[in-house]
Amino acid sequence: MPDIYLDNNATTKVDSAVVDVMIPYFTEQFGNPSSIHKFADGVARGIKHARSQVQQLIGAEHDSEIIFTSCGTESDSTAILSAIKAQPNKKEIITTMVEHPAILNLCEHLEKEGYTIHRLPVDKCGRLNLEAYKKLLSDQVAIVSVMWANNETGTIFPVVEMAEMANEAGVMFHTDAVQAVGKIPMMLKDTKIDMLSISGHKLHAPKGIGVLYLRRGTRYRPMLRGGHQERGRRAGTENSASIVGLGKACELALEFMEYENIQVKAMRDRLEQGIVEQIPHCFITGDLENRLPNTTDIAFEYIEGESILMLLNKAGIAASSGSACTSGSLEPSHVMRAMQIPYTAAHGTIRFSFSRYNTMSEVDEVLKVMPGIAATLRKLSPYWDGNGPVANPEQAFQPVYA
Amino acid sequence: MWDYSEKVKDHFFNPKNAGAVAGANAIGEVGSISCGDALRLTLKVNEDTEVIEEAGFQTFGCGSAIASSSVLTEIIKGMTLDDALKVSNQDIAQELDGLPPEKMHCSVMGREALQAAVANYRGEEWKDDHEEGALICKCFAIDAVMIEEMVWANKLRTVEDVTNFTKAGGGCAACHEDIENILERVLKERGESFNPDAAPIETPVVAEKKPLTNLQRIKKIEAVLDSLRPQLMADGGDVELVEVVENTAYVNMTGACNGCQMAAMTIAGIQQRLMEVLGEFIKVVPASQMPKLVTIQEASHA
Ligand SMILES: Cc1ncc(COP(=O)(O)O)c(C=O)c1O
Repeated sequence: MPDIYLDNNATTKVDSAVVDVMIPYFTEQFGNPSSIHKFADGVARGIKHARSQVQQLIGAEHDSEIIFTSCGTESDSTAILSAIKAQPNKKEIITTMVEHPAILNLCEHLEKEGYTIHRLPVDKCGRLNLEAYKKLLSDQVAIVSVMWANNETGTIFPVVEMAEMANEAGVMFHTDAVQAVGKIPMMLKDTKIDMLSISGHKLHAPKGIGVLYLRRGTRYRPMLRGGHQERGRRAGTENSASIVGLGKACELALEFMEYENIQVKAMRDRLEQGIVEQIPHCFITGDLENRLPNTTDIAFEYIEGESILMLLNKAGIAASSGSACTSGSLEPSHVMRAMQIPYTAAHGTIRFSFSRYNTMSEVDEVLKVMPGIAATLRKLSPYWDGNGPVANPEQAFQPVYA
Repeated sequence: MWDYSEKVKDHFFNPKNAGAVAGANAIGEVGSISCGDALRLTLKVNEDTEVIEEAGFQTFGCGSAIASSSVLTEIIKGMTLDDALKVSNQDIAQELDGLPPEKMHCSVMGREALQAAVANYRGEEWKDDHEEGALICKCFAIDAVMIEEMVWANKLRTVEDVTNFTKAGGGCAACHEDIENILERVLKERGESFNPDAAPIETPVVAEKKPLTNLQRIKKIEAVLDSLRPQLMADGGDVELVEVVENTAYVNMTGACNGCQMAAMTIAGIQQRLMEVLGEFIKVVPASQMPKLVTIQEASHA
């Protein structure tokens, strides 16, 4: 069986239809869209078309609300820095403990510069407390930034409702929707979301292209100033081929929206049910009722994620882990810690993330090898004895900790 | 995925001596709470000869933690306890054809489990003396705790100081912002503020017009060695001043430093530092090369 790719939340394969529409922008229409000659005259049109394709996917009211950027991270940074530049008197930011580093590390940096950062905690299922959120909203808050869906667990936050609440309090609302766009339907014009980040490579467009949705009328300060591109809101010669590719990818995502939420979800469900049934002592993390259709994050107790990934990789299966060791940091993922998953489980979390390219027979293949992998590693584990965890694992094995 | 050597992969996919040794009489259990790795090492030691006859491991950890445990059991089988204690984490890493800097702590865990097991056999209590922090300098594998200790111990003020004392930041320089953050924090606690343009800390040198007396020299050398000690100990080694004859300091390198390839580099580093601080030529020589016949009297009369 060819290798099985179940790491689509990390990045996706570029759809061949996307590649096809991009090629002419490298070879024929390579001109600068600002130029006035035949190498360029189709470029501006291509970009305009892409803008409307993105607009369709997210249900924006105007195509001019779409600003092309270089990646999801740039969109996130632009949104937050714009909000604080435009409102210099507001010194607070509300976000969550489980955001992507693109938000968290920027906020940590701003904290050093004197901003107060409110990081909303989550419960054991990864859910936010909206009462606590409401209490934090005030005229001191420059911006709320809450992800639409979590990259590790797929948990969906009620951002539409949270944007309404922010709007009522007169506070700007941004959402990092990098994992949500293309996987769940959205209609931004019916919401109070002011800004939203997209990253192309999560929905079968190339890496290095992103979008910042900016609601018309939202006060804005560009991060990159220079030429007049993107109406002066993001200077720099357009990445025309990737923009056109992203447009196509958005069109396809809209076309496959139902497929994603029925067939892709069915594969995900079968995988996680199969695993939980066959393998003792593992559980699914996150808010099971409110999740992306393509993501499952499973904690395998008493074994460690990187070891699991290495054995999966040997079996030709690609997934990812929230363990410390895969990232080179010493701590398991901040998302697992925020949900208070015990260390012995947090280090053994594996995320399987699907796309429309996966098949049910791939699911069956994973189900065939996964129980053996868990058993092999548990045989090595000091927390495991024969067919189950040692009695009272925390007492039976008490290493001296550094 | 990490760039693991073939040996690491081999020990991971085909671990040696996995599982607990039945009837073990030496058990070491260590772990790193933050990193999540944990290891139980069980040994069967011959009570007459103190030779390790069997060794087994149980590890909760990543690929390199399992590989380090596996190779450790292979290394120590057949050794006496005393010889086994000389196995350093660098030995473990070397046997695996190297580990990525982020993964060196896996080999440290192996060495600690061994020490803990020997202590357990001898009825002693083993205490871990090194604390591990987030990796800051990836070029030289220096962590935050190490840098912080050195900043405190030597009153360092700038990134350059930190590089001079710990090597951290002396490679690709990408970690300079992180080092500045540590400096900012420690300096604040010390009631100072961080100034990137501050002069490098003075190494109290030059001004010494008069040549040092031998006693002064010894005291100063000891002080320098003390200031370098945390770093050596973090690498699993130590240094002991055995004798000073004129401008030659004889030292004993112990632990990981002893006999490892790094010893020459470490000795050169110590010598460099001594010369900077004492402001005179100092030669550092392993005590093993000390001329046996030279007594103190003879030396001072020479
Ligand atoms: C939730 C989330 N936000 C932001 C990003 C960063 O996107 P990019 O890689 O395009 O900068 C990612 C991707 O890893 C993500 O999952």
